[in-house]
Amino acid sequence: MSSFLVLSGGLSPERDVSLRSGRRVAEALRLVVNAEVLEADVDAGLIQSLLNLQPDCVIPVLHGAAGEDGALRDVLTSMQLPYIGATGAAARLAFEKPVAKALLAQAGVSTPAVLALPHATFRELGATALLDGIRDYLGLPIMVKPSSGGSALGCSIVRTAQDFPPAMVGAFAYSEFAMMEQYIKGTEVAISVLETNDGITALPAVEIVPQSGIYDYNSRYTAGTTEFFVPARLSSDVTAECARIAVLAHQVLGLRDWSRTDLIIDESGTPWFLETNAAPGLTETSLYPQALAAAGLNLGEVTKALVEHAILRNERAFTA
Amino acid sequence: MSSSRLDPWVDSYAQRTNGMQASEIRALFAVASRPEVVSLAGGMPFVQALDMEMMAETVSKLLLERGAVALQYGSGQGDVFLREQILDVMAEVKVTAHPDDIIVTTGSQMALDLVTRVFCNPGDVVLVEAPSYVGALGVFRAYECDVVHVPMDDEGLNPIALAEAIARVRAEGKTVKMIYTIPSFHNPAGITQSQVRRAEILAVAKSAGILLLEDDPYGLLGFEGEPPAAIRSLDEEGVIYLGSFSKTIASGLRVGWAVAPHGVREKLVLAAESAVLCPSNYSQLTISQYLATQPWREQIKTYQELYRERRDALLESLELLMPAGTTWTKPAGGFYSWVTLPEGLDSKAMLPRAVSQLVAYVPGTGFYVNGDGHHNMRLSYCYPEPERIREGVRRLAAVIEGELGIAATFGTTVGLRKSDGHESPAPNLA
Repeated sequence: MSSFLVLSGGLSPERDVSLRSGRRVAEALRLVVNAEVLEADVDAGLIQSLLNLQPDCVIPVLHGAAGEDGALRDVLTSMQLPYIGATGAAARLAFEKPVAKALLAQAGVSTPAVLALPHATFRELGATALLDGIRDYLGLPIMVKPSSGGSALGCSIVRTAQDFPPAMVGAFAYSEFAMMEQYIKGTEVAISVLETNDGITALPAVEIVPQSGIYDYNSRYTAGTTEFFVPARLSSDVTAECARIAVLAHQVLGLRDWSRTDLIIDESGTPWFLETNAAPGLTETSLYPQALAAAGLNLGEVTKALVEHAILRNERAFTA
Repeated sequence: MSSSRLDPWVDSYAQRTNGMQASEIRALFAVASRPEVVSLAGGMPFVQALDMEMMAETVSKLLLERGAVALQYGSGQGDVFLREQILDVMAEVKVTAHPDDIIVTTGSQMALDLVTRVFCNPGDVVLVEAPSYVGALGVFRAYECDVVHVPMDDEGLNPIALAEAIARVRAEGKTVKMIYTIPSFHNPAGITQSQVRRAEILAVAKSAGILLLEDDPYGLLGFEGEPPAAIRSLDEEGVIYLGSFSKTIASGLRVGWAVAPHGVREKLVLAAESAVLCPSNYSQLTISQYLATQPWREQIKTYQELYRERRDALLESLELLMPAGTTWTKPAGGFYSWVTLPEGLDSKAMLPRAVSQLVAYVPGTGFYVNGDGHHNMRLSYCYPEPERIREGVRRLAAVIEGELGIAATFGTTVGLRKSDGHESPAPNLA
């Protein structure tokens, strides 16, 4: 009997989210395949487990470091195991938000101005003067985020000069680099992308309206605290442009199988690129499953198709 | 286009659920459960120290000899023979009572819930130590009580501050229903009230006509001398005493109790019956069988020695490694030490960095309802082996050094993270 291995958990702060995503995709897959669907955490026993199990395909549902920074995917590649999703190199590009933004900007997509600095720069140059200069350059408000990682962990909106140092501390708690990004007021949307044998498709846009006004960790993972509109309440032109950008981001970053791009639509209808996730969340409150449902697709069936695709891709790669 | 909030009942929840949200802090605790992480966060007793063959024998004998009783409903007040045995256990802390004064509960947490349920209307004030047990704060919050913290000093709850708090709250036109205190080996502060202090606190409560709720889960787990006499040993009418087998035998059996004056006890039994019908007969009879047939005082000594060794490992490592400006309490029993960070540092802001360096603790803010506690953290030494504790403190010291660097750059890290609803680990996390 074939066996598929769902990898979730890991040591990132998004461990809990990943475990929930992993359970959800495993359960969905079990309903549609005649194969053993196993679940594993990422720990010191993983390599041996992979060697013993020799799964027919691995489904990494890891968020944050190791899962999305490409490291684990490189390990799977080195073991010649088929897996769903981006290669290590592509995942790395998406994971480092300032890098992804630069690549999308080069491709002609609007993205908020950004600066990304390590703590050492503030220490060496003096935080007060540097923050004053950045504030003048970007203008308030400013979004401060860890330059990698997800689930809005360590993210803050800086509305006054006094908010700035705390926001930086919050971001540095999660990442060596903090990014300071021009704040764009507008409608928040997420565009899920699915790549199959038929090509790369943007699924219906999900519009996010958090009750608190900020789509933070609580708003993401407490059912009832955010209202979602699917498809998003956008004109057909803007909808098409959002879909184009999401597919473009998937291509520019060299992603595979699935991804999710987050955009802000400003008052003039211009979509601004924020980031792309190479391993989109699949929990009960996550955006990707909502987009699938709106498109009439089933998570289990989609995962099954991606698994089959990944197996063929791997065969081609290692028999070439 | 359709709109969804992913929970069709979102507008139906009671107001008291407002704080029940996903929490960034709880997400970090999920990482702490991994074996790579030295968790100084949770409060799980080290039940591995139990003789499991003996426990198996106890359970097996119970089922074979009294299975039909153990697996049946029981009395809402709890098994009468176990209540008699509880008198022997409480004699260790000088509490005397009649078995009818006792109600057995599903852990003392349930007793806390029942007492609050029968006494507190929304808006009633409960006075608690600063800091206080997070599980108690959760119960008081659930019943919409107004929780007011009262400062502690080296001897625990400060009676002068207590009297002042009562006067202040009453001057505001509010009703004080209870004073909640953990006199021995406090969670999280690691402080023990002297006997003089206990009498002073009781005198303040009696003179104000306020019920004293004494929570004593760690009373038998002292490392020096006799267990401290409970406040209940000084007064039968004005004190409700909460006891527990979670730390002295096994937390998984979920057996605790309350000793209350007659009128209160009647209400607690009725409230218990409406909540759970009866506490688990199986768990109660397992405890009862254990107390009747096993050397339970010896087991408590085993626990005491084990926790003392771990406490020593923690305190020695803190002394050796903590950066200047860090202070901590030196518990004479129980599970916890309360650490105060150097000026300018925020334990909550620092937690993600700590978890990424594979060490976890509970930020002090979880033990307050008013946002205080940023400078503090609770370290538990009950679960990790001494060598792991030393390694955990090594990692923590490095994290604090790093955070001092951040604070030096940005001025401070205090109060920089907004408060989450749930800031302590789930009960099943070490």
